[in-house]
Amino acid sequence: MVSRREMVEKVKKLMDKTERIRNIGIVAHIDHGKTTLTDNLLAGAGMISEDLAGKMLFMDYDEEEQERGITINAANVSMVHEYNGEDYLINLIDTPGHVDFGGDVTRAMRAVDGSVVVIDAVEGVMPQTETVLRQSLKENVKPLFFVNKVDRLINELKIDKKDMQKRLAKVIEEGNDLIKEINRDKYESGWRVNPTDGSVAFGSALYNWAISVTTMDETGVGFNEVYDYCKSGKMKELAERSPLHEVVFDMVIEHLPNPLEAQKIRLPAIWHGDMESEAARSMIECDRTGPVALMVTKILPDPHAGEVATGRLFSGTLKRGMEFNISGINRRNRVQQVGVYMGPDRIEVEEIPAGNIVALTGLKDAIVGSTVSNIEDVVPFEEIKHVSEPVVTVAVEAKNMKDLPKLIEVLRRISKEDPTIQVEINEESGEHLVSGMGELHLEVTAHKIEKEKKVPIITSEPIVVYREGVLSKAGPTEGVSPNRHNRFYIEVEPLQEPIIELLKSGSFSMRLPEIERRNLLMDAGFDKGGAKAVVDEYRSNLFLNMTKGIQYLPETMELILEGFKEVIRGGPLAKEPCQGIKVKLVDVKLHEDTIHRGPAQVIPAARNAIYAAILMAKPVLLEPIQKVFISAPKDYMGNVTRELQGRRGQISDIQTEGDVVVKGTAPVAEMFGFAGDIRSATEGRALWNTENVGFQALPQSLRADVVLGIRRRKGLKEKVPEPSDYI
Amino acid sequence: MLTFVGLGLYDEKDISLKGLCAVKNSDYVFAEFYTSRLMGIDIKGLEKFYGKDIHELKREDVEIHAEKIIEKAKRDDVCLLCGGDPMMATTHVDLRMRAEDAGVETKIIHGSSIQTAAIGICGLQNYKFGRSSTIARPYKDKVPETPYDVLKNNLKNNLHTLFFLDLSEDLSEAPMTIREGLEILLNIQERRREEILDIGIGIARAGSEDMEVKADFIEDLMEYNFGPPLHILIIPAKLHFMEAEALVKFARGPKEILER
Repeated sequence: MVSRREMVEKVKKLMDKTERIRNIGIVAHIDHGKTTLTDNLLAGAGMISEDLAGKMLFMDYDEEEQERGITINAANVSMVHEYNGEDYLINLIDTPGHVDFGGDVTRAMRAVDGSVVVIDAVEGVMPQTETVLRQSLKENVKPLFFVNKVDRLINELKIDKKDMQKRLAKVIEEGNDLIKEINRDKYESGWRVNPTDGSVAFGSALYNWAISVTTMDETGVGFNEVYDYCKSGKMKELAERSPLHEVVFDMVIEHLPNPLEAQKIRLPAIWHGDMESEAARSMIECDRTGPVALMVTKILPDPHAGEVATGRLFSGTLKRGMEFNISGINRRNRVQQVGVYMGPDRIEVEEIPAGNIVALTGLKDAIVGSTVSNIEDVVPFEEIKHVSEPVVTVAVEAKNMKDLPKLIEVLRRISKEDPTIQVEINEESGEHLVSGMGELHLEVTAHKIEKEKKVPIITSEPIVVYREGVLSKAGPTEGVSPNRHNRFYIEVEPLQEPIIELLKSGSFSMRLPEIERRNLLMDAGFDKGGAKAVVDEYRSNLFLNMTKGIQYLPETMELILEGFKEVIRGGPLAKEPCQGIKVKLVDVKLHEDTIHRGPAQVIPAARNAIYAAILMAKPVLLEPIQKVFISAPKDYMGNVTRELQGRRGQISDIQTEGDVVVKGTAPVAEMFGFAGDIRSATEGRALWNTENVGFQALPQSLRADVVLGIRRRKGLKEKVPEPSDYI
Repeated sequence: MLTFVGLGLYDEKDISLKGLCAVKNSDYVFAEFYTSRLMGIDIKGLEKFYGKDIHELKREDVEIHAEKIIEKAKRDDVCLLCGGDPMMATTHVDLRMRAEDAGVETKIIHGSSIQTAAIGICGLQNYKFGRSSTIARPYKDKVPETPYDVLKNNLKNNLHTLFFLDLSEDLSEAPMTIREGLEILLNIQERRREEILDIGIGIARAGSEDMEVKADFIEDLMEYNFGPPLHILIIPAKLHFMEAEALVKFARGPKEILER
């Protein structure tokens, strides 16, 4: 094992050699063995002792993570690997596999240039495999496959040599089909993984061995040998002859791009500024002498340094004491420390050039997603879009009244560290709403508040976050400003499904060049006039300005959009967020003088017109739906299907090879407490997971009750408003 | 009957004699000070001087709950007091229309308006003014640019521009100063890379004993201390020779303008 000091020295030396850097992420469906793989890679690279690896779950350094046995926070590690006689620096970001923590995966993808997708040889491609592949390809991050748990095929499923190869080929084919489906261009231009060129490795992360076609010649270990070793239980010998980290890291170095190559490909996907500008040139070339451009992908608290911001440096060189603009903030921040990661530790360095993953302190105003730069008015990096949206809320209260100010501070901090958490603070009632991606996500967050931040709290039962949508067209409605000098005419209609999908995918953004934006909308079915008229996109809703040549409208539009956003944040039925609504401004009459069309006049007028139009357009409540996968021994099949069907669930597939695997969907509202119920129904023998898959209209029979329940809870009038209440 | 009574420019004594009689003979007196403010007196002072209780209305009371005023005026003789000349505020025109619709008779008793007073104070000619405009404070960093466009258009037609300065609805917030207003215009000018601002005239506390008026080049005007509010700003176009002379004599304008 290399001494720590030597390792630090090597890391520092390699940071400067951009062509010898690989920034990678390891991603997978839950329980496919990602964390075990990461640990054994660390051990192989001399970062932790080999005996400890796998047992201590090095990457899961968060106490909470170890208890739950799942990786929650993406941590960063820099490691050194020798390949063909040269040292390489591998910056590795670990990511969680549980669906509730999908936000972390998305953020990690921004920092890396390549991904290793871990796939369980027995289970094959699973829904989250698809999710992580999608995230990877969206960020133009090149994927490789590691097919894990090959030993289980041999020892548990007891298949023969021939079938083993067939099974493995099938897994890869499924994965490749996904790449092709998600991004055909990339698939055809060489991102298809191929066992014969070594862009796939096979192995067992737990037993610390792996093979690939490239290493077979060298080590003399091929599929036949693997089969025999596994059959005879000589795993340790196998691991010595063909060690995991050698094979995986060799594959990474050979097949994944270094930052110089990668940034050319990645920039168009993550930055939409002027491609002819100096900033663009410097980022494309990964130029260390250019202006600094960094994207923050993670913020973690540190007992000594306050907050540590981690991110990817795309251009320039970072030094202590430099001052930067943070996107969206007017002040400048000064960098106090500059460092790299090794496991949970930061190692301070003098300076870091472009291409690396860095850790900084002193950026007080930075949040996850901030662009940090010394260019004035730099175009920020494309927002990190979270593939999943919050669907569950809990109300949080301080146990002791005196902790209230502290709790507010802690909640603000948590929403800064984890942008998939939404916090609504109500200083009057003292009851604060925390929304996240699932029951578990919120449990972990609550635990964090109590254990890490030391504020005792009371949390309510989880509550589902619904959406409001419309089923038909309505309008125009007329919104009149309080001073009655201005009038706004609004129509609403539902957006078509392909458009909603486009907006949710995150590939559409108002920051894109106008032509590109229009083409995206037109490809998804928008007519040309409509695509041209889009002036804002907010939470999967669009605002269109259909008027022409109205004087003073440009400076009033901002205020109208504010009214629009207010409605989207809380619709008329139950003050739940709206989605999939197209709002059209069809006419406006404005007062001559600015002072008569200020915010106090325009915002309420626009808002009321939109509220009224929605109420006239057959408004509906939409509920979040989860895909559910359960695998359990065959005997429990009846219990498992009963558990799902009893929750308004729909079963789409039942497989009975080995264990029974049940796939289906169910509303999030019915899934609370599922963990306990499925455990008792199967005597703890079921493995299961869920994935959020969007929203569906609530069944007619439940609608009135659910709306009433939400209105009561929020202290709104029980009666749903009428259009005439707004116009 | 609803009588709109203009209180004029500055304090309780700017009301017309006719207005004073109307107030004294009325059954009920409302007042609103969000369209214009009298800086020289407060409600208590007005009540004492007019010998009547005065009920102040907030913006919502006039805009949203106007029916309350109108209902009252159906039965009683009601006065609504406001600064300046009542119908200079569009809101009062609206209220008057609503009252007429409800069958309530209305009447206007005029007061002096800053619109004419400002022109008179600095000696410019009434015939040479174009559209006036209000400079509003930015909302979330968004600066309304209408005032600048109005100015530009007026200058093109060789017309002077009178600028009202933002009176925040929140009475605790100070009214906009001449300097603030100029800064907003200068910022827009700079952003558009134009050069249309040259001379300006500032007037403070029109109608009071310590009224202040000063004409100067914009950069010097920015530095000039006009003292407490209310302020008003004029940006003149090309000056008639009599106007130039008046500015030098009444507004201590720079002598250079006589030569132009």
